[in-house]
Order: sequence, then structure tokens, then C-alpha cells
Amino acid sequence: MTRPDLSATAAPAPMTPSRYRVRWRRQDLDDTVTLALEPIDAPLPSPESGQFNMLWAFGIGEAPISLAGTDGDVLIHTIRRVGGVTNALGAAQPGDEIGVRGPFGTGWNLDRAIGRDVVVMAGGLGLAPVRPIITDLVARREEFGRASLLIGARTPEDLLYRDEIEEWRSHLDLDVEVTVDSAPATWRGDVGVVTRLVGRAPIDPANTTAFVCGPEVMMRFGATSLIDRGVPADEVFVSLERNMHCAVGHCGHCQLDALFVCRDGAVLAWPTVEPLLKVRER
Amino acid sequence: MAIVVGADGLNELIQLLRADGRTVIGPRIRDGVISPEEIEHGDELPRGWTEEQHGGHYRLVPTGTDEVFASATPARPWKRFLQPERTLLLRARRGSDGAISIDAEPPEQPRLAFFGIRSCDLASLGILDRVLLDPNATDPTYAARRADVFIVAAACNTPANTCFCASMDTGPTPRAGYDLSIRELPGDEAIEYLIDAGSEQGEDALAQLTSRPSEQRHTDRATEMHAGAVAAMGRELRSEDPPAAAAQPDHPRWDDVAERCLACGNCTMSCPTCFCSTTEDHTDLSATETERWRVWDSCFTLDFTHLHGGSVRTSTKSRYRQWLLHKLVTWHDQFDTSGCVGCGRCITWCPVGIDLTAEVAAMAARQEDP
Amino acid sequence: MKSISDLLADHPFFAGLPVETIELLAGCGENVRFAADERILTENDPADRFWVLRTGRVALEVDDPPRGPLVIETIGPGELLGVSWLLPPYRWTYDARAVEVTRAVALDAACLRDKCDDDPILGYEMYKRFAGLVRDRLHATRLQLMDLYGNDAS
Repeated sequence: MTRPDLSATAAPAPMTPSRYRVRWRRQDLDDTVTLALEPIDAPLPSPESGQFNMLWAFGIGEAPISLAGTDGDVLIHTIRRVGGVTNALGAAQPGDEIGVRGPFGTGWNLDRAIGRDVVVMAGGLGLAPVRPIITDLVARREEFGRASLLIGARTPEDLLYRDEIEEWRSHLDLDVEVTVDSAPATWRGDVGVVTRLVGRAPIDPANTTAFVCGPEVMMRFGATSLIDRGVPADEVFVSLERNMHCAVGHCGHCQLDALFVCRDGAVLAWPTVEPLLKVRER
Repeated sequence: MAIVVGADGLNELIQLLRADGRTVIGPRIRDGVISPEEIEHGDELPRGWTEEQHGGHYRLVPTGTDEVFASATPARPWKRFLQPERTLLLRARRGSDGAISIDAEPPEQPRLAFFGIRSCDLASLGILDRVLLDPNATDPTYAARRADVFIVAAACNTPANTCFCASMDTGPTPRAGYDLSIRELPGDEAIEYLIDAGSEQGEDALAQLTSRPSEQRHTDRATEMHAGAVAAMGRELRSEDPPAAAAQPDHPRWDDVAERCLACGNCTMSCPTCFCSTTEDHTDLSATETERWRVWDSCFTLDFTHLHGGSVRTSTKSRYRQWLLHKLVTWHDQFDTSGCVGCGRCITWCPVGIDLTAEVAAMAARQEDP
Repeated sequence: MKSISDLLADHPFFAGLPVETIELLAGCGENVRFAADERILTENDPADRFWVLRTGRVALEVDDPPRGPLVIETIGPGELLGVSWLLPPYRWTYDARAVEVTRAVALDAACLRDKCDDDPILGYEMYKRFAGLVRDRLHATRLQLMDLYGNDAS
């Protein structure tokens, strides 16, 4: 066949952003901001938890940011300011216009844990992409077994969503453990790496699904500590971060072995990821 | 249906395509190489020229004959006419009130004809189709240009030293995916061209050319030329070698090739199937007008895998390994085909002459050692 | 050319063990050599041996993309590489790489665990020594964590 059949191609150009407006803005930490974005154009499909959007700062560029929550058509994203694009996004004020493309990637798929115990382990900014799992879990609590949230941060001042963590903790049927890597003596909570909390989680490991999110080292050690405790490896899910430009599997930047992290991830089962991360790319 | 034309027939075909409103891209000599460029007349074809190609080496060499297709792989890939080096994705303005307006109207795409594309490069189009025409994410520029490009392929009679299309099963004679295919038949008398059609549009074009019917001797000669080309292949890629390389990510040969590789990216720029790109936002000083461009990129660049804090692949070794294993191994997992068509450009245009067929063979050899 | 027994007997870690015990351990050992930058073990791989370092230097590392490998600690002559072989699930916790040419005696973990099972006194001696090693490393790590030399982190 000389001429490829284009009748089944996607209609809108995948690289054109939709316009959104900042409805509200919250300064979470010194370098971290949460934005609520409402659609100006027709709203994009609502992302599933675990998916991400490409947020466009006019004139500067795009960055892949995981979904932190939704409120109807409003998208909630938590952004750490680490470079040109995220700096601009983090400086956006209510009323400012931002471009959005998405949703992209694989979701956490909380439904796979229905009837099972659930562990959500989050380190640092990793709490943002798992926040939709937690809000969803809380909203339909009776569908799941025991649920344990294990949250780690560098110091008490670096804890994200502090008010919400306290709200989650107020649920009698939710186990919420918080730990920090270091703290002054005025901190009365746990100090130590978040992986140490695994032993404490009130779960039946063989019947548990775990969602782990944070820096790659934390996810690796978190996954192995869960598996050491008896959680089946194929019930452990992590979310990878890679350089992304197109988010549709064309630009090639996010490749990890045969996977395009933007399209085959970012949420991946541990048995898929483990052998790939073992190839040390120095 | 197949016909035979003389040398004039090539120009007649070119004019026919031009009259159809097409920009004809064909091999032309420029800057000391044969490269696919816009051509307007058959006289611009590289009659009497071939190339001498081996690792890190390219020279034009006169043949002393009137053959037009005596060369092998042209210097630049044809993909640049379908997925250009730079593509404008959108323009946007931001008003004083902060309101953004986006203009993503795709520009009028040229109607193209590829004249004299070789079998390996033709195979590369089929491979790029699987990447860029995926129904879940289609590249609009590639799709628009690809849908209408008229393809006149040409068989290779004299492969270059760097060619290995035979072992990749992508050549030296085009088998499918073309509108017309030309086989140059040099002989004692005037050169003849055997042309067959591979599509309805091709049949229509054939019917309009001044021609004579093909005879058995033409087909025989073509078969002879094909066999000669296969026998003259410069090298081969053995299918068992790439998996052996993939199974040994810590093989010392990777360190060895990393010592030689300059990470210059020439291989990716000249490869007909490399598709990686990046996006750039170009904004005026008042930050009210911006353009987003898609630009070719190479996995050999240091910040190809950049995240805050650094790049995931910093060493030349990891970048070379990523490129090679993607091209020869994981491409199969992603797209059900090899990413390599055996054109040999990466060998010719590598300043230090790295030969990927030799690299994977070396790693496979070690597996066989006791 | 020293025998494995001699090499072990010279090594400070095994100081105080009776000759028969050293001979027993030597039965699980062999001489090995690592080239500079050679990877010795990988995170999560089965912990099937440990090494008694004689010369050279080994870096214990964690791969932290995109920052690359972070060296946690280096281990040198007179020290031991490999603790995870002692305790289930017998998998390496970190990566280890020879920084320079390194010579060591490699001791087979399964062989040694079997011997410790058969001879609890031997097992007790091994565990005492390893417990001390782990305590020392933990203490050192905590000191490192305090980042004593820095003013502010950035």
C-alpha cells in the first residue's frame, strides 16, 4: 500500500493547548504552589488519578504535571518551582491564563484494589500525584479493606497538604503515618525514612495493593520494603518521572527501554520497572 | 504492467509530476554529495556519478558511464520532507488583559513527489508511518504530506560499502509501497529503464509516458542486476547479534565504543527512521507573541533526558547504548519492526566510522566464548 | 603465595578465631580481583557472597537518577563488603563498584550460612562481628546525615 490509511487518525492536533484560567492559587511551601485551573475553551477530558497534563506557561514552555485533584471541570495541580517553566507556572495568579494539554499517561487505577487492603506511600512532592487516590478512597471507603497512608518529607516544614493530612487522620478507619528525615526537638512525630513505616502498616500483605510515589530512590526502596513484608510484587505500583516534550510518544525523550513513559507510564507495575531501572545509566 | 523508457523518459516523468502541481524531490549533487533536493529537470539527476562510502568517508566518484542511479544512499534522508527539521506548531498572542489567543491552523502543505528514492529509504517511510501515524497520536504535518506524496522508487545496482539492506530485507530492489519503481538497465547500447507500477496512480502515470513494452530480456537484465547488487553488499547485520547486545548492558564493548563515539549526533541526523524531536517556544521581547516550534533532536545530546537535578543519561556510553538498542531491539517491541533499514548512513557519516553491525557482532561474539 | 587460610587469618575482622575455624571459612573462599570501575554487586540482586578486602577501594552507591550514583561510603583494605547475605531475603541493598583495582577473598554465602547452621558457635562468632560492623556503619551514617560541616544546605 503506497498511501497510508488516515481515516482513523485523531482529530485535534495533539500539540495544541486548551486555554485554562487560574481560579485560585495556594502557596504550599516556599517553592511549591497549588493551582486550580478552570476551562476557558471546551474542557478537556477529566484525567484519571495518576495521569498528568502538560501545562504551558505562555512564551516559556510546557512541563508535565501530575493531577493532584479535580473539582468538576476544574483541574488541580501542585507545582514545584525548579526551572524556567515551573517557575512561571508557580508565579501565576488568579485570572492568569495557562495552556493545558492532556490527559496523558496511565492511571493508578484504584479499582484494581477493590476488596483489598491499600497502602499509599508518598515521599516529598510524591504526595501530590497520590492525593487523588486518597480522596477517591475516602469517598468510597467501604469498597476497600484496611487502608494505610505512609507519608514522608524532609522536615516538618516540608510536609505538603498539612491540613488535609490532618483531615485524613481524623477518619477512624484510615491509618495515617507521617515521618520526616530530620527535625528539631520540638517535633513530636516520627523521624526516619518513610520506608520504615511499612512494618507498622496494619495490612494483610498478601491481600494488599500498594501505590508508591516520590523520588526514584525512595520508590525503589519503598517497593522492596513492601515486597519484603509480603505484598505481591505485581500489586506494587510506582510513578516514574522523565523528560517530556510531546507527551504522545513522538519526541522520544521519555524512553526507558521499550517504554514511552508518557504513554506506557508514568504509573507502572513494579515487576515491569525493576529490571529497567537496574540498568545504570551513568 | 511494466514499460521501458530511455533516458529522456526520466525527464518526461519528472515534468508529468510537475504538471500535476507537485514539488519533485530527487537526487542532486550539491556541496560535494548526492542529496535529495527539489529538482525541475532530468538533467539535474547525478548522471555519471557514484559515491565511495565507508566508515567516516564519503566521496563522489565519476563512473564514466551515463548511469543515473549508479550511486547508493544519498547523503541526507528523505524524511526531512515529511517531518521537516523545523515545524511551526502554533502561534499565540497574549493581550494586555492576559487573554491568550492561539492560532494552530496548519499551513498549506506542498504536494510532493519523491523521484528516485531507494528501497532502504522507501522502507524507512513504512517504519515512520508506524510511529507518526499511530491513530492515538498522529503527527499532522507528516500525515498531510505523506497522504499525497507520489513515490517513484529506484533500484540500486551498485550498493556502497556501507550498505546492508539485503540482510535487513529492505532492498536492494523495492518490492512494495511505491507508485512507480524504476530499474536502470545498463548495457552495451543505450541505457534502458524498466518501470513498473505499484498503484492505480502509478498505472495512470505510466500510461502517459512515451514508452515501449518490456520484453523478457529486460526482466532478465533486471534480475541479473539485482543478484549482482545483493552479492556486492558491503556488510551485514546478523539477526542474532542485536539481542545478544541487549542482553549484556555491561559488556565492556559499550565502554570501548563510548571511547570512540563523539556523541555528535550525526548518525541520528542522517538516519532515515530517527524521529526524536523537541519543542521550543520562541517569544518576542515584550512576551506578547510567541511561536512554538518542533525541532529535530537527538538522543545523543546531554540534556535529552534532563530533569531538574541533571540528566538521566550523562555518559556517552549510556547514550550510545540507548540509541543502538532502541534502533535494533526495542523498536521491535514498540513498532513490530526493526528501526534499521540497512542504509549505512550512520556508518558513512560517523566522523570516527563506528559501524553498528560490527559493534553488535563483537558483543555477540563474546557470548559464544567459553 | 599465601593460602586463603593465611589471608583470612591476617585479616583484622577474623582476629581471635581459632585456626580450625579459619580453615573452615577458607573452604568457602576464593581469590578474586576487580578492575577499576568494575561493578561488583547490584541493588536487589541475590546476595550470594561477601568479600574480605585485601587491597584497593570499593564504593557503596545508590543510583539516583538524574543525579547519578551517590556514593554512600567507601570500603577499603581490612574491611568487609556485603552484609545482606546474612539476613533474609538475602538481596543486596545497594550497588558496589571497585573504585580502583581491588583484590579480595570472596566467601560463598550459602556455604557459610550452612556452616553457621551446623556450628552455632561459628554462627555466633560471625554474627557478633557483623553486628559490630553494622553498628559502626550506622553510627557513621548518622554522623554523615548531620551534615556537620555545612552552613545551610544550599
